[in-house]
Amino acid sequence: MVTLIFDGLAYGMLLFVLSCGLAVTLGLMNFINLAHGAFAMAGGYATVILTNQMGMPFLWTLPLAFIVAAVAGFVLERTLYVRMYARSDLDQVLFTIGLVFMAVSGMDWLMGSQQQILHLPSFLLGRVEVLGVNIGIYRAFLIAVCGVLAVVLQLLITRTRFGSRLRAAVDDQRVAHGVGIPVKTVFAVTFAVGSGLAGLGGALGAEILGLTPNFPLEFLIYFLIVVSAGGTSSMLGPLYASILLGLADVLGKYYIPTLGSFMIYAVLVIVLVVRPQGLFARAA
Amino acid sequence: MTARPDPAASAATDTAAADTGRRVVRTMRRALRWSLPEILFWLVAFASIFLLPGQHLILTEIAILAVFALSIDLILGYAGIVSLGHAAMYGAGAYAAGLYAIHVTGEPLTGLVVGAAAGAVIAFATSFLLLRGGDLTRLMVTLGVAAVLFEIANKAYRITGGADGLQGIWMDPILGRFDFDLAGHTGYVYCLIVLFLLFLLARLVVNSPFGISLKAIRENPLRASAVGIPVNPRLVAIYTLAGAYAGVAGALFTHTQQFISLDALAFQKSADGLLVLIIGGTGYLYGGMIGALAYKVIQDVIANITPQYWLFWIGLLMVVFVLWGRDKPQRIFATLAARLRHRREGRE
Repeated sequence: MVTLIFDGLAYGMLLFVLSCGLAVTLGLMNFINLAHGAFAMAGGYATVILTNQMGMPFLWTLPLAFIVAAVAGFVLERTLYVRMYARSDLDQVLFTIGLVFMAVSGMDWLMGSQQQILHLPSFLLGRVEVLGVNIGIYRAFLIAVCGVLAVVLQLLITRTRFGSRLRAAVDDQRVAHGVGIPVKTVFAVTFAVGSGLAGLGGALGAEILGLTPNFPLEFLIYFLIVVSAGGTSSMLGPLYASILLGLADVLGKYYIPTLGSFMIYAVLVIVLVVRPQGLFARAA
Repeated sequence: MTARPDPAASAATDTAAADTGRRVVRTMRRALRWSLPEILFWLVAFASIFLLPGQHLILTEIAILAVFALSIDLILGYAGIVSLGHAAMYGAGAYAAGLYAIHVTGEPLTGLVVGAAAGAVIAFATSFLLLRGGDLTRLMVTLGVAAVLFEIANKAYRITGGADGLQGIWMDPILGRFDFDLAGHTGYVYCLIVLFLLFLLARLVVNSPFGISLKAIRENPLRASAVGIPVNPRLVAIYTLAGAYAGVAGALFTHTQQFISLDALAFQKSADGLLVLIIGGTGYLYGGMIGALAYKVIQDVIANITPQYWLFWIGLLMVVFVLWGRDKPQRIFATLAARLRHRREGRE
């Protein structure tokens, strides 16, 4: 039982890293980016290629996965996404679904449709007994990395100059622009960091979540649940939502396997209907 | 207004009101009059029965896709509801028709009614979830509802066949006379007639006062409610109707394919329907049909060149189409039509 909770916690933390970028672009910048998972997939495949084919140590590939996804995000934001900010929701939906289709089928063409197996280094494998609880080392590693990231992100947004500029730009673009905040640059950097974090999440989760070209579609609904249930007032909402989702998914699939993902989707619908602003949102 | 109006003035306002009433009726009738391009469109559609006998299988798919897109047009083009889960109603109709054919009777026409009822029930039940929140909430709720149904169909494999699909569907001849043949001739005529009838109904609905109130809601829900339009009941009504349409599309699919897979409920199906409608343009009913034709032709051409990766090119098409401006083809047609009309009026 405690082991299960631990696994759920690790899974939830992973979901947080995967979807916190979307919490910013979708939640704060109000851009419906259904292609978010494509950046996660890019990071995951970068790690798999670097470790399995080029023999790079796993830990070194993680920052590279971040950079690959961030650069991809930055370039796409500057060239394509920036034209879509002012468009209608429907346009944004169609545009990003188009991107997802391209990413899914492009990755299929590049790497094949089979699931990628990531060879983790031996010191991350295995399990240890801590206080009578059986813990997977990789799960513990995930919780540590993702926990540090969550704290850093929260501080970045609430305490730094960049964070306050971002919040100002999100609240009122024109006024922010008027007082000299480089809104475009702030958005571009934010988008790149969000995509990079997704890439990092994809790399970390390649082993647990299973990496196939269908990844962006498969986990789209999870990202959306985190963002919609978490609200967007701070990074803490999505964090709590991710952990709850991770726990519910792991425990649900263990105890009531026949229901499968049904529970998760039902929870999404109920949350959206009862609290359209998110479970942990401040009153708007 | 005075407390006791002068009888002469009151008569004058009465005639004025009657005048306005007549003008309103005339304007509304005008929208229902058949224009030449419309008549030509349906003549060509029905001529394809005789002119393209070798293409009936793909034409059947186009007709079914057109019904599905027509259903999305009713909610998106007229009521402004953006949905990412329209496959929920399509799949419900498909499975309902399939189960009805297996367990009750293979008679197709009642099967259509069952499919429509299934779609309508799902749509009615979930329409209340759409009344709160903005576009984004609606997107996620519709996506979630479709995902829930997908999981149900996936897990209830005893009933639905799960991932293996629903097999063993045998259809009786339509009206006891027209048997479904392998070349798809009967199937195509059947689908085309259903499409035409559903189109006629949709045409009546969107040009009725009800349809016009929907457009008002689409443009501005707050003002619509201010002029006395019951916004929520109208949205529930059109969503339910659209659900019935999608259910019919699903039932048509079941009847002509005699096999259902989970794809009928998948996200891909919803996205396809949306794309088809967007290609053809929203809010004039023909968009779904033109889009279905264009989409299938494009898909066919691409699939012939690269069978495995056609999805990539569909994605590229979507991206380019949106970047270029998805209302452009419609605007080009509109300017052409306006220029034609201008010329004709100049001659008179």
